[in-house]
Parts: sequence; C-alpha cells; structure tokens
Amino acid sequence: MATTVTNISDTKTEQPMPQGAKLYGLIAEFETPGDLMAAAEKCRDAGYKYWDCHTPFPVHGLDGAMGLKRTWLPWFVFGAGATGTTVAFLLQAFTNSWDLHIWAGVWVTGYPFLISGKPAMSLPAFIPVMFELTILFSALACVKLMFLFNGLPQLYHPLFKSNRFRRASNDRFFIAIEARDPKFLPKATEQFLRTLDPVAVEAVED
Amino acid sequence: MTTLSHDSNVGRITDNTVDRPGERAPLVLNMNTFGEVTATVCRVNEAGKAPFAWYVAFAAALGLLSVLGACITYLIFTGVGVWGLNNPVMWAYDITNFVFWVGIGHAGTLISAILFLFRQKWRTGINRFAEAMTIFAVICAGTFPGIHVGRVWFAYWLFPIPNQMEMWPQFRSPLLWDVFAVSTYFTVSLLFWYTGMVPDLATLRDRAKGKVQQLAYGMFALGWRGSNRHWHRYERAYLLLAALSTPLVLSVHSVVSFDFATSQLPGWHTTIFPPYFVAGAIFSGFAMVVTLAVPAREMFGLKDLITLRHLDNMNKVILVTGCMVGYAYSMEFFIAWYSGAMYEKFAFINRAFGQYWWAYWIMVSCNVITPQLFWFKKIRTSIPIMFVLSLFVNVGMWFERFVIIVTSLANDFLPSSWDKFTPTWVDIGTMVGAFGLFFTLFLLFCRFLPMIAMAEVKAVMPQADPHGAGAGKHGHH
Repeated sequence: MATTVTNISDTKTEQPMPQGAKLYGLIAEFETPGDLMAAAEKCRDAGYKYWDCHTPFPVHGLDGAMGLKRTWLPWFVFGAGATGTTVAFLLQAFTNSWDLHIWAGVWVTGYPFLISGKPAMSLPAFIPVMFELTILFSALACVKLMFLFNGLPQLYHPLFKSNRFRRASNDRFFIAIEARDPKFLPKATEQFLRTLDPVAVEAVED
Repeated sequence: MTTLSHDSNVGRITDNTVDRPGERAPLVLNMNTFGEVTATVCRVNEAGKAPFAWYVAFAAALGLLSVLGACITYLIFTGVGVWGLNNPVMWAYDITNFVFWVGIGHAGTLISAILFLFRQKWRTGINRFAEAMTIFAVICAGTFPGIHVGRVWFAYWLFPIPNQMEMWPQFRSPLLWDVFAVSTYFTVSLLFWYTGMVPDLATLRDRAKGKVQQLAYGMFALGWRGSNRHWHRYERAYLLLAALSTPLVLSVHSVVSFDFATSQLPGWHTTIFPPYFVAGAIFSGFAMVVTLAVPAREMFGLKDLITLRHLDNMNKVILVTGCMVGYAYSMEFFIAWYSGAMYEKFAFINRAFGQYWWAYWIMVSCNVITPQLFWFKKIRTSIPIMFVLSLFVNVGMWFERFVIIVTSLANDFLPSSWDKFTPTWVDIGTMVGAFGLFFTLFLLFCRFLPMIAMAEVKAVMPQADPHGAGAGKHGHH
C-alpha cells in the first residue's frame, strides 16, 4: 500500500460534506499498530481531551500511549459478587432456616425446612449455591457495566458515516479527534494530524 | 516431515508442529496481513451458499432433532414409563446423557478461561467454536433434568419461586445445587461467548452488503467501533470473566459429581468424584472439540487458522486428562479394596465382571487405552487417526457415566432388590436425538456467526506487536 497522504479536500470530493454540516471531527488512518502508537503518544502530549484510537483488536501498550486511567470496573464487579453471596445466603436461610413472613413483591413465608434431621441453619450445605450466585452476579455485572461504561449499545455513531472507517474493524488503525475538543481548530488539527504521517486524513460530519 | 520455514513468504507452511529453540511457532499460517484473517473467517458467513457438506450435515441434524422432538413429546404425553427405568434403576439414560453433555460443555470454558489466564495464545484459534460448543452442549444437558422429572409442567419447582403452596426447594440437596450450578454455568458461558463475539460481529456488520445482514449483525454488535477507551474496559471485563469462569468450570462438574458422591450408594459414595469428574469433563470436551474442529476446518477452509499445532496441543490435553481418568479408575478400585467395606468391594468387582461388564470394558478401552496412543507425535498430528480416536473418547465417556450410574444402582445392597436396566427405543431415540439438537445449533452457528475469534487471532499475530513486526515505518520505541 502506497503511503500517500490523502488531502483533506480530496477526501471531501470522495464523500462530499454538505454545506453547513456540523463537523464531528477528523480521523487519521494508520497502517500498523506501531505507527498508531507513536501517533497516539503525540496526540496525548499535544493535550487533546476528546480523542480516541480505533483498532480492530486491543493494541498492547496503547492505554499508556493514550494516557488512559485504569477503569474502576473491577470494584463494581467485586461489589456485585459480594451482593450475590449475601443474596444466596439470605435466600437459603429464609426458605430453609428462618421463620419469617416478609413482603418481597408479594407476601412470602419462609420456615425451617426439616429434612433428615439436619440442622435448620446448615451453612456448609448452603455454600455451593452461595458460590454459584457470587459468580453469576459478578459476571452479569461485569458484562453489563462494561458495556454501560462504554456507552454501548449505541447503534448510531457519526464515525459510521465514513466508508474509510469501516476498516477499523478489519485491518486499519485510526485516531479520531473530536471537534468539541477545546484544542480543536479545523486547520491546525488537520495540520497536526498530517505531521503524524498517516495514510490519510478525513473529515467526518456529525 | 516438512520443516518450518524461516521466511514465511517462501512456500506454504503446512506443518507448524516443529519446535525450534528460541523461536515461537506461528499460530497463523500463510497470512501476513490482518485483512487476510478477516477475509478467511468472514468468507464462511458471507458466501451465498454454504458448502454442500453443510447442507447434508444440516439435513441429518434436523432429522435427528425431529427424533428428539418426537421422543420427548411421547414421553410427556405418556409418562416416564416409556423409558426402561425400574426400581432400583431410577436413573439411567436420562442422567447419563445429562452428565455426558455437561462434561462436553467443559472444554469451551476451559479453553476460553483457563488457557486465557495461562496466556496460552493458541487458544485464540479454537476458543470461539469451543465456547459455542459449550453452550449447545449445556442446552442439550439442560433438557434431560427438565424432562426426567416426570411431570414436566412442574419443572419450575426446581426454582425458588414464591407460590400459593408456600413450598420451597430443599437447599441441602446436591440436586438443587446442580440447578444453580448448571444455570449459572450456562449464563456465564453465554456472556463470555457473546462478549468475545461483539468485536467480530462489528467486523461482519462493517463488511455486510445486504440490508438484513447489516441490521442483524449491527444490532448484535451493539455499535462497537473498536475505540481504545472501550477496548480498555473490554479487556478488563474479559480478564474478570476468565477469572470468574475458572473456578466456575471446576465447580460445575464437582457439583454434578455431588449428585452421586453425597449419596450412600456403593460406587457413588467416593471422595475422588469431584476432581475425577472435572478431569473426565475436560477429557471428553477436548475430544468433542477435535471431533468438530477436524471436519469444520476442512469444510470451511480454516486450516491456516486452526492449524495442525492447535490439534496437536488439544491431543496433548486429551492425553493428560486421559491419564488422570485412568488413574481415577484404578484409584477407585484400590480404595474399594483398602476400605475393607464389603459393599464397596462388591460394587467395583461387579462393575468389571457383573452384568454390565461389557460397558465397563468399552469404557476402559476407549478412555484409558485410546488416549495413550497420543504419546506418539505421528498419531497426534495425523488427522484421520485423531478424528477416530476422538470419537472413541466420546463413546468411552458416555459409557463412563452409564457405568457409574447404572451398575451402581442395579446391584446395590440387598440382592433381593437387584434388577437389570434395558433401554427402550425411546431411551435410545432421546439419546441419539440430542445429537441432532447439538449439531443443528452448531451448524447454524458455523454458517451465521464468526467461527474464529478474529480480533483475538489478530492480536496474537507478530504483526500486532507495536514494538516488533507491527512497528511500521516510524515504529514505536
């Protein structure tokens, strides 16, 4: 693949942006993870805030190159797991050990469930279900919160308008700088992206 | 034997099973770009027509599935008397099939979770369809407890649902632990599978030509756009899921073994059961992965992604777990003798030489002798031989469960209560039909979903390393 830098105005002729359309941002395309990483470090150092890298697979070390902070996700998952353990214990104690009449959506009654002369509070026998619900709650929270924190599902996104961007899920690496970034200036940012030596730079409308 | 070429551009490499000191064997053959990986995997889903063999297999699977449907319908309308169960053999094919399928379902999570934690990069070639296999196997497994309860319309009694009778499940019973273990396992495996598939669904969405494909893949891709801020949380979540699934996968078959081990029946009442069941589950699961991978890579042209090395590695796992299973068989006998308990001793002698002696020896030949052949590299890397051996292991593991369940029940304490179990046509139809359900789901998966985890395969290619082959013209230092 030739490494010609597509002029931004050339790109516009490929995909004309209607007059007066709002600019979402600029994307720059790179061929290899190494090129992207070097470019990402420069973007980070240039002080951009609303920008991102888009890659077909997680690139090792890119989090550092972008200056991303570690996610809080594991702590939430831990909380969900602890909730699972507690819920499982209370469920089993309520239905098999305690004598209670409580309201849980409907009125329900728990009672000591006497079987084979085993003690009403047979904690060792409750452990397998406590373990399973710990895992179940953690896993559900883990996946749900991961997508939630990522703002997904979000079926529409301005980036999907770019035909070029489709290769972000295939074999190309992109940097996108959003127009809402306080440091964003159409001409200057374009110039900046060019200095990173990408394969192409393209404007994406909002 | 061909040797591994140093320059991957020179000639086609077909054998990557050779180990060279100081050099990593390639996991992807004959492909230098990420685009080639995408094209190879997506071709299966994007082709207008599936390979002819797919249609033949799908028709056969649907045929078997209808046998399952007919047998279950007959069972529900008539009652469990249509099975060959008697007193004392109140569990037979139903629970044998349940344990068999749950066992098969263990390989997927093992590959996706445990091998992930151990940083076994070769897992990326096979994890997706092994996980799919897990889910379909657990669906098959879940069918059996559901239909063996007799009055299936009361199957919801398994769950603690508030009701007018104020009746609760009995949480001190391993059968109830099983309900929670298997349903948790199914849910978590599904989450794992789906989470892993989202980036690949986005790839299919971005390549889709038709409106229907764009919509369908687009919906399930959730708007994934490969953002690194997303990947960051995604990778964390994936690691957490792997860490959660690892104890889970070990717990599920342990809990299944508690169904037997916590009872007082000779032949069931043994402490070796949890680890022995887990080893057996991995053993049978890997055999099933080989059984499916061999034809799938041929049919869909995936030989450069599911390479001979992958199969070689899986056969090594089969060998190791096969040895564990063999050890467990002999240890059971030793403990039966060492315990000095009359009934224990009888239970095991009866297993090997009693009325079901043939089932026992089928089990031993398939599970103990067969995997030993995998000591030889020639056999580990021979496609036809490994396929046949994996079938033997599948058969052997079905018989293992049959032997444990039926021989122990049929001849327990009092000779006056002994009996013999003979399967009816409904028993056999249900067992065979379950394979129809499994293969129908699996073939649909192969046709419509990315069979190989593209994003993960790309990430373990040398070209993905920003400091190595993927450094590019500026590189990263």
